[in-house]
Amino acid sequence: MSTTITPEIIAQHGFKPDEYQRILAILGRAPNITELGIFSVMWSEHCSYKSSKKWLKTLPTTAPWVLCGPGENAGIIDIGDGQAVVFKMESHNHPSFIEPYQGAATGVGGILRDVFTMGARPIANMNALRFGDPSHPKTRHLVAGVVAGIGGYGNCVGVPTVGGSCEFHPSYNGNILVNAMTVGLADKNRIFYSAAAGIGNPVVYVGSKTGRDGIHGATMASAEFDEKSEEKRPTVQVGDPFTEKLLIEACLELMATDAIVAIQDMGAAGLTSSSFEMASKGGLGVAIDLDLVPMREEGMSAYEIMLSESQERMLMVLQPGKEDLARAVFDKWELDFAIIGRLTDSGRMVLTRFGEVVADLPIDPLAQASPEYDRPWVAPAKRPVVEAADVEPFEPIAALLTLVACPDLASKRWIWEQYDHMVMGDTVQRPGGDAAVVRVHGTKKAIAITTDVTPRYCQADPYEGGRQAVAEAYRNLSAVGALPLAVTDNLNFGNPEKPEIMGQVVEALRGMGQACRELDFPVVSGNVSLYNETQGAAILPTPTIGGVGLLADVTTMVTLAFKAAGSAIVLLGETKGWLGCSLYLRELCGREDGAPPPVMLHRERRKGELVRQLIGDGLVRACHDVSDGGLLVAVAEMAMASADGIGAVLEPPAAVPLIAWCFGEDQGRYLLEVGEDILASVLEAAQEHSVTARVIGKTGGQAIQVQGHEVPVADLKVANESWLPKYMGGELAGH
Amino acid sequence: MTKGCSVKAAVIVFPGSNCDRDVAVALEASMGAKPLMVWHRDTELPKVDLAVVPGGFSYGDYLRCGAMAAHSPIMREVKDAAARGMRVLGICNGFQILTEAGLLPGVLMRNRQLKFVCRDVHLRVDNDRTDFCRYYRTGDVVRFPIAHAEGNFFADSHTLREIEDNGQVAFRYCGADGKVGGDANPNGSLADIAGIYNSRHTVLGLMPHPERLADDQLGGADGKLMFDSLVEALS
Repeated sequence: MSTTITPEIIAQHGFKPDEYQRILAILGRAPNITELGIFSVMWSEHCSYKSSKKWLKTLPTTAPWVLCGPGENAGIIDIGDGQAVVFKMESHNHPSFIEPYQGAATGVGGILRDVFTMGARPIANMNALRFGDPSHPKTRHLVAGVVAGIGGYGNCVGVPTVGGSCEFHPSYNGNILVNAMTVGLADKNRIFYSAAAGIGNPVVYVGSKTGRDGIHGATMASAEFDEKSEEKRPTVQVGDPFTEKLLIEACLELMATDAIVAIQDMGAAGLTSSSFEMASKGGLGVAIDLDLVPMREEGMSAYEIMLSESQERMLMVLQPGKEDLARAVFDKWELDFAIIGRLTDSGRMVLTRFGEVVADLPIDPLAQASPEYDRPWVAPAKRPVVEAADVEPFEPIAALLTLVACPDLASKRWIWEQYDHMVMGDTVQRPGGDAAVVRVHGTKKAIAITTDVTPRYCQADPYEGGRQAVAEAYRNLSAVGALPLAVTDNLNFGNPEKPEIMGQVVEALRGMGQACRELDFPVVSGNVSLYNETQGAAILPTPTIGGVGLLADVTTMVTLAFKAAGSAIVLLGETKGWLGCSLYLRELCGREDGAPPPVMLHRERRKGELVRQLIGDGLVRACHDVSDGGLLVAVAEMAMASADGIGAVLEPPAAVPLIAWCFGEDQGRYLLEVGEDILASVLEAAQEHSVTARVIGKTGGQAIQVQGHEVPVADLKVANESWLPKYMGGELAGH
Repeated sequence: MTKGCSVKAAVIVFPGSNCDRDVAVALEASMGAKPLMVWHRDTELPKVDLAVVPGGFSYGDYLRCGAMAAHSPIMREVKDAAARGMRVLGICNGFQILTEAGLLPGVLMRNRQLKFVCRDVHLRVDNDRTDFCRYYRTGDVVRFPIAHAEGNFFADSHTLREIEDNGQVAFRYCGADGKVGGDANPNGSLADIAGIYNSRHTVLGLMPHPERLADDQLGGADGKLMFDSLVEALS
């Protein structure tokens, strides 16, 4: 305790000089090292949202079906019949770059705890991954480690990993993104919150023992990487999915009783943030005897105990007299259980170690009055629109083969076959579709889940990109027949202290907020990951959207696979042939320029309603939203997904240049497979909804044909399926 | 199957089991009644006709898969009851536990490609004259999912010969056309073996999960016939 607080120590803890002055003012004295450490994690960007708070407040967070918005461990929505869905997405970017297996594994563990802490049984995991250039020397190793880590954790815990996304871009060479999402199911009347209550009530620690791992993880995740980042490996935590599985079962068993007053998982900043958050939300104080914390190692200091990010731990406040009941449950599951403190009325956190007070801090100034910045920002300049006439036209079939095999569009089977996506026995739409769908166990309802964002659009225009990410999530849910209900967001950006990066944050949030408002698709939870930069180079702005929707009757669900020959292929939405920012432009022409395609939100909503109505009425055999790669890629995906390799004959209109029609990424479009006998009623319904609908061809044959060009579906499948396994097997030249 | 319910079944639950509910759902659909869920620390196994050892990661699989669970108190009871003729079905981690417990021959090693793999596979039924497979026909091709990292079956040549000669192979990995071997083998298993019986054909262990395709809404119901077979045979 005699460590002198020098300017070096203050800087090592990530404080700016004015922030340290603030600490002195709050305490009226200098902090000791334990107290300084506590301040540093509580005020880290990761825990305090100090750069983004001002802008996060502008997002819409309410709707009649929202039971709990941002601010708790996860968001909660009502799905009827007394049931609720609890979900959130969270990043584990920095640790996954340093130690991919454990970084990704503990990312999954952390988000699972956020959900079951609230009383929900996790029923599905999703993820959104971004890696650097495939030819970068680290990329393959990072992909292998992250995928193995996500699988290693999720598979053991027994929660299906039902889908996600994985893309590559050189901007992620030094900062990969690992965004993990968990969806859980709870009883609406049995939700658990983190606000402590009841002076004198016992504060209980359960789960794994505390070790020296992960100390300062939250601080690491709040700084840029430099050439020494790999030395930070000891700040990465180690996951134990078996203990997590036991912890889920034990917590849910105890939650079925009335023993718990409040509960909070120990995530980033471990015991520090969990205890501060519980006390702060309850307006109380807390006294903890650190000697009583179960520890893996001897001689741990108060500083180490408070800052450890050892995994699979929870903090609870129990009803008085329920200690024995609770202890018996944790004994059954062979987990540690220790009463480590009591709630007090002091409004302060008082920590003792070896009988001495080692920290005495006011709770509110740390937890709620953390710094909030209005960082300077500049909006990026608008880019010119790319005219189709100025884009080199390649032969469409050759271009299609290139696109379906490019890293972003290539099949991710190699990844999701390493995830148990069927455990729990309710996965009715497996990975590879527009949205994953899991049944609500024992009912006819089902939950659809998707993760979406198009970072190259966000780079070109973060406002449009933010709108597009939300709209695409809305489309992917609608395309399986689900009513979009709410989203969680995971905002991944560079260093917010740079005005141009802060401008991306502000503009993306403005776009997202507008789309969420217009589509009745509120944000109920989220996470911000800033400082995704290495030596001054930032990632593409990547505000990942995790969307959740409800199917009232799972039997109405559709998939994207063509079902029969001789069906009409109906395109909903306008095709002007927008090639700016498209994958065609990047993969075929080596260009990443141009403005991204705009999203028309009012039409988006009408189209979504139409699609859901048609699917609900059983009029659609297959449905697929048109996104990356454009129309021809979308048709190819429907053909490749079909069990019998059913092809299509397409009839492009003369009004749009062929390449622009095939590969333009105009927004707000869906493809429907419709039986000839009901085509007229589908077109009529579209007209009633004022939605442009056009028959663009027919299913049939074993090839995709467009204006005299054709390619067998089998060849497309080979191209689409072989890139990732070959790349991971080291069989691709230049990679 | 609507056989009233004269059949009694138990699902053995270890810490880390995670397919216990899934198999209970499949059993209930075929039996018309819920199976008993028996916790690993229980020292007494209720009198049942069938015990199912489900999939998952018992004890985290931190030692050898199934090795810890094989030594738990309840497995002594399962072994005793099996010796008296109770039917035992081990799925995935359950299969690993049964080999570790000595109820089935052979071992399950790390997959040939060293990775966890979750996907549907085709299986050829090798022996339909058992209580587990009476609703299949020898030579039938069925589709079950696999989800494992250690499903690579191995036995020494003497044991393998015994298994083969005694009709103890239950299922072999095959293509959709029923052709056994080659790329259809997802993990490197010896003789493409996906599941085996004990010498009396009263204990079955298999890596694929019949309970995961026992409901058409999940994409297929080939697995349901195994549970229906057991109900029919044990009623």
